[in-house]
Amino acid sequence: MTASAAAPLRTLNRLRRQRAALTALAVLVLIALACLAGPSLTGTEPDRFYPDLRQLPAGLTAQPDADHLGPALERIAFRIRARVEEARRDGDRLRLVLAADRPIDTRGLVYLPRSDLFGPAQVVEDGEGGRRLVLDVPVRSLRFPLGTDIHGRDLLARSLVAGRVSLAVGLTATLVALVIGVAYGAVAGFLGGAVDAAMMRAVDALYALPFVFFLILLLVFFRASLVLMLLAIAAVEWLDMARIVRAQTLSLRERDFVRAARALGLSTPRILARHIVPNALGPIAVAATLLVPQVILLESFLSFLGLGVQEPQTSWGVLIAEGARSIETAPHMLAAPAGFLIATLVALNVFGDGLADALDPTASRR
Amino acid sequence: MIGLVLRRLAQGVPTLLAVVTVSFFLMRLAPGGPFDLERPLSPAAMENLRRVYGLDRPLVVQFGGYLAALARGDLGPSFSFRDSSVAGLIARGLPVSATLGALALLLAAASGIGLGVIAALRQGGWIDRLIGLGAALTLSLPSFVVAPLLQIAFGLTLRWLPLSGWEDGAPRHLILPVVTLALPQVGALARLTRTSLGEVLRTQPIRTMHSLGLPPARIARHALRGALLPVVAYLGPLAAALLTGSVVVETIFGLPGIGRYFVEGALNRDYTLVMGVVLLVAALVIVLNLAADLACAWLDPRLRAAR
Repeated sequence: MTASAAAPLRTLNRLRRQRAALTALAVLVLIALACLAGPSLTGTEPDRFYPDLRQLPAGLTAQPDADHLGPALERIAFRIRARVEEARRDGDRLRLVLAADRPIDTRGLVYLPRSDLFGPAQVVEDGEGGRRLVLDVPVRSLRFPLGTDIHGRDLLARSLVAGRVSLAVGLTATLVALVIGVAYGAVAGFLGGAVDAAMMRAVDALYALPFVFFLILLLVFFRASLVLMLLAIAAVEWLDMARIVRAQTLSLRERDFVRAARALGLSTPRILARHIVPNALGPIAVAATLLVPQVILLESFLSFLGLGVQEPQTSWGVLIAEGARSIETAPHMLAAPAGFLIATLVALNVFGDGLADALDPTASRR
Repeated sequence: MIGLVLRRLAQGVPTLLAVVTVSFFLMRLAPGGPFDLERPLSPAAMENLRRVYGLDRPLVVQFGGYLAALARGDLGPSFSFRDSSVAGLIARGLPVSATLGALALLLAAASGIGLGVIAALRQGGWIDRLIGLGAALTLSLPSFVVAPLLQIAFGLTLRWLPLSGWEDGAPRHLILPVVTLALPQVGALARLTRTSLGEVLRTQPIRTMHSLGLPPARIARHALRGALLPVVAYLGPLAAALLTGSVVVETIFGLPGIGRYFVEGALNRDYTLVMGVVLLVAALVIVLNLAADLACAWLDPRLRAAR
């Protein structure tokens, strides 16, 4: 153990020299924090429908703008059973004159704040026996930097909330695959001989199974659920990890400190936990880092097919599927979640590569 | 050599048996059946149908019957495509998927290995870093994002290529699906080749060749032979995956391939069709892995001696 005590420091030093990997790490941290902070960052609720602001393109203009104010008022006025006689906007206040053939029921005015585009209205003037109302209405100022979807939901807020699910699935499934793979590989490699041969032949046989097809079958037949998908993905992805850990264990097994531990009478589980696995952490970390993007990709692939995450929950794959359906009318609906997904995957891949380079003792210094 | 091939194929039989068993019982455990329609059939009609297809017999008997038919090479009739046998459906779908897959494999292998070699020869340079970044990017581009983007760019905006459809494999209809299929593999292969060739280039024999003053192009050729081993090993399962069709690409581009039949079969509880496709994929994986191993043995004399 003493020989490798300096290894993490050296790795850290080498990693620090790799600008690409560090940039990738920074991007990852930013995306993760943004997803965690989520709606509190955007100021809009991800599940809030804005029927008057459907499929807004990406942009920073405050909504409702001049183009959307009129139709929104018409729609609300219709529900109040009145006509819009005059609407004059002055900053964030609106002077609204409603008229009707019969006296207007002022209780209907709650439709204004209920749309979430306006604040509570104040009646300034009540004329013609209640058939003409002059209102002072505060106008809200909403921003949708990445636009809205077909129901008028904020795509940025939705992408961030979806990111939580995608990242959580990626990390959890990787963790499960990691635990299974490390345990399996370490045991096979350490015990060696017939046990090892049998265990690795089983892995070889599993490799030949058409897993993606099994995954699809499983999710089609037994109603798609998050837990089932997590377990199914983890059950597929532990094979590589088992192979890597076994190869590491085979070489570590014959090292002096392991022999010493064995001579001292330590039990097999203790040797594995204290001496084998900690010394194989480098390759394990690289494999795990590169596994996360694979899992996220698999999750979004299944969700894209409608077999993964289900409404009302959402993930990047679900949003991309929605975007792909309306790509002709609103390409930004694909761009927003796809951008998040691709940025995350690229960052994870670049960081994994950098980690591998930093851990590789034979790599040339740059 | 022939003995090795036969032995490896024999080892595949238990794997195939496991595949058949798992998918058979997985499907029968699932709720729903092949004759559940929007408007339910009368109980008598349902009973008749189930008897005709043998679904009223005990599960184990059905399984035995399926295995017996399979041993004769009979994949059975399809449940959802009336008047079609599973073998007939696969014979219709496989050429579509295999054409796309083979072209994508060629494209990915040629460009991926080529870029990987360039990157390895210029390791640390700006070309290397550019290719590395490009590889990380294409690896991270999901086909379900690439496909709609290509459709928009070349189908709708430029109007150069058709949006979807097969049209008996007209070349114009092949371009977009093939590119979509190949793109992520270009990145994967470039990365693999770069790493592998980079390692070989740092070994002693190659350094010796340099010190002897051999021209770099010849050295690279020698190095490449050894460096291609992991690449060829990767190409085996990749070929199996590409040839048996991509569910996403076939769905988005509306291609009548194996992937589409599989999804339809799964949704309609078409037991025999799903089993047929899964079995085909598993068999192809085994055969192509064997082919990759044989290619590796041809590339590396040490592996030949070891067997």
